[in-house]
Amino acid sequence: MSGFHPLRDRTAIVGIGATPYYRRGQSAPRTMIELVGAAIIAAIDDAGLRIADIDGFAFYSGGFDTGLLMETLGIPEVTFTASITGAGGGSAGAVGLAASAIVSGAARTVICVGGLQQIGQRFGAITASYAATPETAFFASAGLIGPGHLFALLASRHMHLYGTTREHLAAVALNARANALATPHATMHRPLTREDYFAAPMIAEPHCLFDFCLENDGAIAAVVTSAERARDLRHRPIHVMAGTHGGAREWGRSLYWMNMPDETFASSGNAAIARRLYAMAGIGPEDIDIAQFYDHFTSQVIMQIEDYGFCAKGEGGPFAASGAIAVDGTLPINTDGGQLSGGYIWGMTHIREAVEQLRGTAANQVAGAEVALVTGGPSTLPVSGLILRR
Amino acid sequence: MPEIALAPPTDLFRLETDRWTAPFWEAAAQGRLAVPRCGACGTFRLPPTPFCPACRSQALDWVTLSGRGTLYAFTVVRRAGLPGMEGHIPFVPAVVELPDADGARLVTNIVDTPIAEIRIGMSLALVWRRTADGTQVPRFCAADTHHLTEREP
Repeated sequence: MSGFHPLRDRTAIVGIGATPYYRRGQSAPRTMIELVGAAIIAAIDDAGLRIADIDGFAFYSGGFDTGLLMETLGIPEVTFTASITGAGGGSAGAVGLAASAIVSGAARTVICVGGLQQIGQRFGAITASYAATPETAFFASAGLIGPGHLFALLASRHMHLYGTTREHLAAVALNARANALATPHATMHRPLTREDYFAAPMIAEPHCLFDFCLENDGAIAAVVTSAERARDLRHRPIHVMAGTHGGAREWGRSLYWMNMPDETFASSGNAAIARRLYAMAGIGPEDIDIAQFYDHFTSQVIMQIEDYGFCAKGEGGPFAASGAIAVDGTLPINTDGGQLSGGYIWGMTHIREAVEQLRGTAANQVAGAEVALVTGGPSTLPVSGLILRR
Repeated sequence: MPEIALAPPTDLFRLETDRWTAPFWEAAAQGRLAVPRCGACGTFRLPPTPFCPACRSQALDWVTLSGRGTLYAFTVVRRAGLPGMEGHIPFVPAVVELPDADGARLVTNIVDTPIAEIRIGMSLALVWRRTADGTQVPRFCAADTHHLTEREP
């Protein structure tokens, strides 16, 4: 441990709750507020607390609202409610926001929750659904329908600069599927082979079907409270060592303006978050036992491995293909199947899996896992990150 | 027949402008690629915005460029993500660097170019095309085949 940070280890995740991970649209006729409410009730039960104990909210995703949740669940009073701005990068950072509220005294029991229900609008085509503005005019005529097209542009540059190959991308996809097979709540339970990967339809080069994350409906909630109070609760406290969100200006409108400097164009935009996160936690990448990377695309997992310092820039592809990312490797990642094969709920699945691993109750349990990294969506800013320890 | 990069779907595109972006589109309508350069410190920026991020000046010079470009990044879209896109497959969204604007980039498309010949770093030439709403937009094709593919939109 080095340095000091006022948030380090002062709070803990004490409860986790989740709905099933439904395939896109299959959660109907359940409503969004019902899914989110069910996740919160399950999380509070898991913590051994009462709904009336909730006095704060910190979340990224939309589709629900604090006042509506208070009325729906009968939460008497809230003293803190805040959401992370931006376009997808915030779920991991919401836990840091909750920790800030608790350490500052603004709230005592904060719910971090995310929910997604894709009925009608598919998130994969979200870019095409944006209202026309003077800003969108500069990218909307190019046929960039959704994130899968935008991130393919970054992947092409990474391949050009560093020799990253589709074999490297496949290694990430196959690892995710292998982990999902043994995870009961994961969406995908059919084995995936290298041959399957290369036979899959190409969506936007270099990304084929299996380089894209899943489309799910569902909700996940986490309960955050002070480390002191956590000691008296049902589960072993999972401490928040560090949590932050934001990023460096050069990635501000990254995916839409494509104006990042050459040094960080082919990246996840998470390097600034990584530096701050390690400084807050007083540790380095060598101290991370497992990582749950925001895996909306395989190529972005490779770039996050680099940005978080697990290998040199440009070596993420060979690192992924070396076996290091497997459950029995040196850096097990996305041990529940991630968003590629487990479930996609704005990165909340990664928080759930990190907590399960550190409690020692994960389906693909990594022996001796004590410190976990969780990242939030490479995207336009803010992006976010979280380090948890048992 | 070599596989050729088609024009992207633009049915959903509708041009909106404001005082900072309108000169770009007015020049485009005349077939000129004009990009803003800070009137105080000379930094190019795209898209056009109200302040220079380097010095906060609001002074702008609109510089008409030669139309030369260098391919910086691209993807080949091979599956229709929305109904109505099928007739446009394959199309090639691209990030193009503008060497006579200090490397400022456009998010655009490669068109009328054999897909097998598309390489990051290749030299590109500007061509003008119209979107479904009639807006004239800058596109690019391989510089060395430009004379073969130049045609009215």
